[in-house]
Amino acid sequence: MLRLPRFEYAAPHSVTQAVAYLRDGAGEAVLVAGGTDLYPNMKRGLVEPRLLIGLSAIPELKGLTQGASGELVIGACATLSEVARDARVRAGYRALALAAHSVSTPTLRNMGTLGGNLCLDTRCNYFNQSYQWRQSIGFCMKKDGDICLVAPSSPRCWAISSCDTAPALIALGASARLAGPRGERVIPVESLYRDDGIDYLTKQADEILVQIVVPPRPDWCSTYWKLRRRGSFDFPILGVAAALQSDSNGFVREARIVLGAVAAHPLTLPDAAELLVGKALSEEVIAGAAELAYRVAKPADNSDLTLGYRKRMVRVYLERALRELAALDRDSALRDETGAA
Amino acid sequence: MKHLITLRVNRQTYELALAANKTLLEVLREDLELSGTKHGCELGECGACTVLIDGNPFLSCLTLPIELQGKEITTVEGVAADAEPHALQTAFAELGASQCGYCTPGMMLAAKALLERNPRPNREEIKDALAGNICRCTGYLKIIEAVELAARRISEPPA
Repeated sequence: MLRLPRFEYAAPHSVTQAVAYLRDGAGEAVLVAGGTDLYPNMKRGLVEPRLLIGLSAIPELKGLTQGASGELVIGACATLSEVARDARVRAGYRALALAAHSVSTPTLRNMGTLGGNLCLDTRCNYFNQSYQWRQSIGFCMKKDGDICLVAPSSPRCWAISSCDTAPALIALGASARLAGPRGERVIPVESLYRDDGIDYLTKQADEILVQIVVPPRPDWCSTYWKLRRRGSFDFPILGVAAALQSDSNGFVREARIVLGAVAAHPLTLPDAAELLVGKALSEEVIAGAAELAYRVAKPADNSDLTLGYRKRMVRVYLERALRELAALDRDSALRDETGAA
Repeated sequence: MKHLITLRVNRQTYELALAANKTLLEVLREDLELSGTKHGCELGECGACTVLIDGNPFLSCLTLPIELQGKEITTVEGVAADAEPHALQTAFAELGASQCGYCTPGMMLAAKALLERNPRPNREEIKDALAGNICRCTGYLKIIEAVELAARRISEPPA
């Protein structure tokens, strides 16, 4: 049996209490919601907390509610199943519904939460392995070692941001509400991430992600396309989120394009998005944006399938996503590949 | 340190003293001797350990009993009503939907949750509901057919 190492467990009933536990845990405490990312990592000796602070008994962190200004407020511990089947998410924030529905498996989505997916540990072929595997090949700098096995001369870690929901939420302009001992702060979801495989979140060690706030997007359309080997279970080896606001003549007013799983953080592509503004989405315009995305994306050789294929698919998947939004329906038959609802 | 925990499993109540790091899978198999729930990858990548918690499929290898007080847990041992097998169990047996049998408890519980929520699922809905359960014998077709047969029998009982 692959057992969990020993730890103490605390089950606070409020965010304030959880913040106090976190402060007292002084660097040896780890927050856990669904546990679907943390427990496998603990079983492999990748994370060794003395204290686990379970967030599942905190009512403030649950559910989805409509805010006073029409925004959707999602508790960090809302499960991915809840998010994916919520009628408001499906109607108004398609990219988020598709991204949440594409995570792993239906069983795991009953456990895993939106906050947990946003805080998902970065992943790497040299990191997500058993202790014995890592020992035999030589430990990497993300755990127990001091070099990067993907780029041995590199001073930094290249583990990959592998969450599906962050690109979707960034494309939709969502914010994250964090609570800590110094009070609360609200930051764009994009600012939650740092380009570093080890220190990948800007959330402080004593802060808790409590809510995700998605602004009303009545005249936007959005989508999420995910590349992976199997239609279930697998983490993305490429995620493409795109959101557009168009005028009544079909000309794009505003656009956001975000890639997942090609870097240590979700990669926002302002130049590719800017290229769409003021234009109708023709095949030519789409190809131009996809070319820009292809040039910028520099995946590393530390995930499933080959590096060259993953880079080439950036162009293909962004084209498919934008064609879908432009209702140039050539690829609609491919939609099922992504496990979409 | 051990925690005193009350668990409801298959309509029975158990009082247990457990270390926090024991997973539900370990407790079911080792403490309650309910070995119907299988351990596969133990990392959330196969679905062999699927159980129902308040009717929803969960991975018991990644669930802590300490978080399950007051919830109703159903394992494959609790699928049948007393001596009467569940329609899924009969259909799985009749159609040979169980080859080596290792994935069967998880498959059956995922299918049971589906049929309770959606008594007449189409094939796509069945595939989607079972997308978290791997059958390494790759006997998926018979499993899907068994779920379809059970669904028909449940929603249209013979006169």
